Amino acid sequence: MDSAIANPQADHDAAEHEHEHVFVPQHRHHFATEEQQREAGSFGMWLFLLTEIMFFGGLFFAYLLYRNWYYDAFVAASNQLSIPLGASNTAILITSGFFMALAVWAAEVRKKALLVVFLIFTTLFGLAFLGIKYVEYHEKWEKHHIPGASFDASEFINPSAYGLKENPLPPDVAQKTQMFFFLYFAMTGMHALHMIIGIGLLVWLLARAQRGDFTQGYVAPIENFGLYWHFVDIVWLYLFPLLYLINRHPLAH
Amino acid sequence: MSAPSPTILKLPDQSSATMPKRNFINAEHGLLSWLLTGDHKRIAILYLISITVFFFIGGAFAGLIRLELLTPQGDLVSSDTYNKLFTMHGIIMVFLFLVPSVPATIGNFLIPMMIGARDLAFPKINLLSWYLYIAAGTIMIASMALGGVDTGWTFTTPLSTHYLNTHVVTTAVAVFIAGFSSIFTGLNFIVTIHRMRCPGMTWFRMPLFVWAHYAASILMVLGTPVLAITLVLVGLERIFGIGVFDPTKGGDPLLFQHLFWFYSHPAVYIMILPGMAVISEVVSTFARKRVFGYTAVAFSSVAIALFGFFVWEHHMFIMGVSNYSALVFSLLTMLVAVPSAIKIFNWCFTLQQGSITFETPMLYAFGFMGLFTIGGLTGVFLGSLGMDIQLTETYFIVAHFHFVMVGGMLMAFLAGVHFWWPKMTGRMYPESLSKLAAVVTFIGFNLTFMPQFILGYLGMPRRYHAYPPEFQVLNVLSTAGATVLGVGYLLPVLYLAWSLKYGAIAGDNPWQATGLEWQTQSPPLTENFPEIPIMDHEAYDYEWLEHKTQHEVTHVG
Amino acid sequence: MGISPVLWQFLVKWLNASALFPSEASTIAPYMDALYFFLLSITLIGVLLVATLLVVFSVRYRKAVHPVATQIEGSTLLEATWTIIPLGLFLICFVWGALLYFRIYNPPVNSMNIYIVGKQWMWKAEHPGGQHEINALHVPTGQPIQLTMISQDVFHSFSIPAFRIKREVIPGRYSTVWFEATTPGQYHLFCTQYCGTNHSAMIGTITALSPADYKKWTEQSTSGMSLAQNGERLFASMGCNACHSGNAAARGPSLAGVYGSTLRLTNGSQVLVNDAYLRDAILNPSQHVTSGYTPIMPTYQGQISEDGLIDLVEYLKNLNSNERVQQTLTTTQSEQAAPPASGVAKP
Repeated sequence: MDSAIANPQADHDAAEHEHEHVFVPQHRHHFATEEQQREAGSFGMWLFLLTEIMFFGGLFFAYLLYRNWYYDAFVAASNQLSIPLGASNTAILITSGFFMALAVWAAEVRKKALLVVFLIFTTLFGLAFLGIKYVEYHEKWEKHHIPGASFDASEFINPSAYGLKENPLPPDVAQKTQMFFFLYFAMTGMHALHMIIGIGLLVWLLARAQRGDFTQGYVAPIENFGLYWHFVDIVWLYLFPLLYLINRHPLAH
Repeated sequence: MSAPSPTILKLPDQSSATMPKRNFINAEHGLLSWLLTGDHKRIAILYLISITVFFFIGGAFAGLIRLELLTPQGDLVSSDTYNKLFTMHGIIMVFLFLVPSVPATIGNFLIPMMIGARDLAFPKINLLSWYLYIAAGTIMIASMALGGVDTGWTFTTPLSTHYLNTHVVTTAVAVFIAGFSSIFTGLNFIVTIHRMRCPGMTWFRMPLFVWAHYAASILMVLGTPVLAITLVLVGLERIFGIGVFDPTKGGDPLLFQHLFWFYSHPAVYIMILPGMAVISEVVSTFARKRVFGYTAVAFSSVAIALFGFFVWEHHMFIMGVSNYSALVFSLLTMLVAVPSAIKIFNWCFTLQQGSITFETPMLYAFGFMGLFTIGGLTGVFLGSLGMDIQLTETYFIVAHFHFVMVGGMLMAFLAGVHFWWPKMTGRMYPESLSKLAAVVTFIGFNLTFMPQFILGYLGMPRRYHAYPPEFQVLNVLSTAGATVLGVGYLLPVLYLAWSLKYGAIAGDNPWQATGLEWQTQSPPLTENFPEIPIMDHEAYDYEWLEHKTQHEVTHVG
Repeated sequence: MGISPVLWQFLVKWLNASALFPSEASTIAPYMDALYFFLLSITLIGVLLVATLLVVFSVRYRKAVHPVATQIEGSTLLEATWTIIPLGLFLICFVWGALLYFRIYNPPVNSMNIYIVGKQWMWKAEHPGGQHEINALHVPTGQPIQLTMISQDVFHSFSIPAFRIKREVIPGRYSTVWFEATTPGQYHLFCTQYCGTNHSAMIGTITALSPADYKKWTEQSTSGMSLAQNGERLFASMGCNACHSGNAAARGPSLAGVYGSTLRLTNGSQVLVNDAYLRDAILNPSQHVTSGYTPIMPTYQGQISEDGLIDLVEYLKNLNSNERVQQTLTTTQSEQAAPPASGVAKP
């Protein structure tokens, strides 16, 4: 039953064989075998993640273009992002992913209590990430760095007036920092949206895990959600250096 | 050398014919059983009804457009109204009709059956797909009711972001949601085709219908998300003024063009590949022959999908892109035209040495082959850089895409609906009336769109509300054709609806076709097959069919 | 009675020919038409081929005369044939089209430049001599004309079907196209990119005149200063002369003769100074700092219209020495020093 569907006749026999047994409760009847269902589910999730890559891809392309055109503005704007906060978030998200992987393991070895605990930690770390993101967004709001009508680039034109040690930018270059911040908010915002959806799903999975749905051999939802969660994690691993680490010279200061 | 092929249209004795006692239609009763179904066949029917409604809404707008264009002056409607008419005609026809037409109706219904599966991989997601479609349609109607949108279906910035005060964001949301409907359909198909083929069903034993849908699904899954993010950006630009497409803030309006066409070019292949899928099946069945060059046709579908991702800039040749990038994209455009030509010739040669009958689906298929050839070759005009300068943004483009989409895709859709109508409903439609409708459609179509090629070279721009008087005669011809075309499209609605109650009982396999779907009852059981079939013969194996028919009784009911 | 005029048009006008084909009024038109007829021929042959196959096979192999179908897998030879021949034909179309494209979008060096500004919903043509036209363009025959175009708002597209030229007119940067009219006459000008409510009203007339007539027209329709003269005025009034005075210790580089030269920038790159560069340097000066200077030039984004930019660009194109710059500088300084007399407006 663990072999891939390579030999049609053998698989047919296997299906026949299974037909005589009691179906496992999660087996949907349009699938010939539970294994087929599991593989289809996993394949479907990978495919969905591929669509997500294309979705984010549009933003990455815009980033590529505008960073190339307005490099100086991007450097200045990027240097205003907080590396401690961004790095913490990176660590938090990786930890969250680690707990998710542990949760998948717990489901596979059928340890319900551990599964629930790991899912809770995954959620908590996810919420911590979002919390720090809120702090960062709030700071941007106060500094008038949110693109749109209220955007104000004076901090880049006259950094010393704001107590910053950066080099001042000419006004026309400073205006281009709005492009950076737009990409910052669009990319991290889209990422945060995916995290919020993920946390919603986590709560739902938690409830079902507590009921024991996933520790009787039906691991697919946990596994597939794990794929989604790791994907969201990987997107952040690209966003962090691209947005926070443009031309940083920590040793030069 | 095969034995004498079985005659087609061997309907059961009509005096005692009855529908199968148990089928997917009468398996459960009540509205909720339809609205909460997981059965891919029921979802297909839900889609069929919905897209027909939207088709006629879009068609009504087309009628008003052509009515306005009877006279050179803009006298029927105001400029703003006219702009809304062509915008909404385009959006509805592209996103709410053409993209889901064959995949969501015929594809949904048939792909599991063709590969011997009981359903698609994710029935709930299939239903979600339909609900997303309905949500998109509802929001679209809301947008129209609130006053409409006049950006053109292409949402060109900065017009759509800064210079219009119509319901752009509402419409963008509707299209965004429709996009996800499409993505989920494609995702479902890909997983189903990969994982749920019955024993013995290798890739090269699948009907070419499945191959073409597989290729279209790849495009749906990879291309549509880019449209989604583009619409998000348009919305953000419009609401917050972020500057991503605004040159005064350092943005680039050409970025929008690249992002938009990166999806919208593969979109046209999303629309046409399922149509080609239908043609493969229809031509094979009514020539009683395996499709000529099966492997070539299968690989051509995939080639169209792959190449289709790399030609988007041909919509932007005159927009100030670098001359050298234009060279690359023009070359690639010429390459993507070749697989379509290969398919047309393969279908033609399927007829050779065949035994051909001219039922309605075959008439539509012939219409497709002729009209798609014209439409596709006029695409070569547009892919040729210098020629594009004269022809782009004129009625030549309008004629080109209507030839491939209406003369091509819509004819293929009608071919498919007529071909599989007996399977889906268990009923036959009146053949002479359907043939009449096919001929009327063909004539009306040519009369409508042929003059537009001439108008295009003369220079008449598209999206024009009023035009110089010397263009009037050709416009009048076009409108006359549109009237005939409208009749041609109304007829099927009428007689197909009629056939549901009064049509002859079809039986399992009225066309004596070879696919797995024809080897079971019409309408099919909810679970499609009593037992999962084992595929032990090649696709389009008429000798197998002959053998089977001689040794089995085709039973009805 | 609405029917008969249409029928009348149908009979008389249509039968009078040329309602089906645009006139050829430029040097490039015959080349465009040649490619068009080639493409038409391929299409005709292709459609006839497919139609013939369909009809012949349908007749020859219809069930009544050919009741038994012979199953044929395929033919690699045929596949190769109908892959290679269409590919070959399409590649010919590619090469021919590419050559034509480069011809239309690469102007000859002796072109006369006319500026076009598109805005919702009109075309403004600005001749170097200062003639301004709205929804009209007078051009001489026998002389290559380059159009340098820009939009003030949304995408438009400048199309003269009789000349077989068309180019998108984009906000934020110049686009160009060139033609040489051959036949005096009046021809349609269309905007072909949907641009809002009055897109179909954004049309005009191109009037091609013989060189003598064109000369007469330019003399009659000069409406004040030429573009370059207006540009000189703006150069002073907007304070450009203060830094770009041409003095040795000036804060900005001298602009005399800069058009057409290759400039080295502070970031090490080299750029060709053309229209687009000049426009962009005025709007985004800090990205175009000449080597040896500091990025202190303020941006004029939002302070100058596209027309003003065109005037400045035209001025700089013709600026060969700093003599006039120095003169305007002196004038400005003396004006600022002197108390303003009543009733005298500052420049």
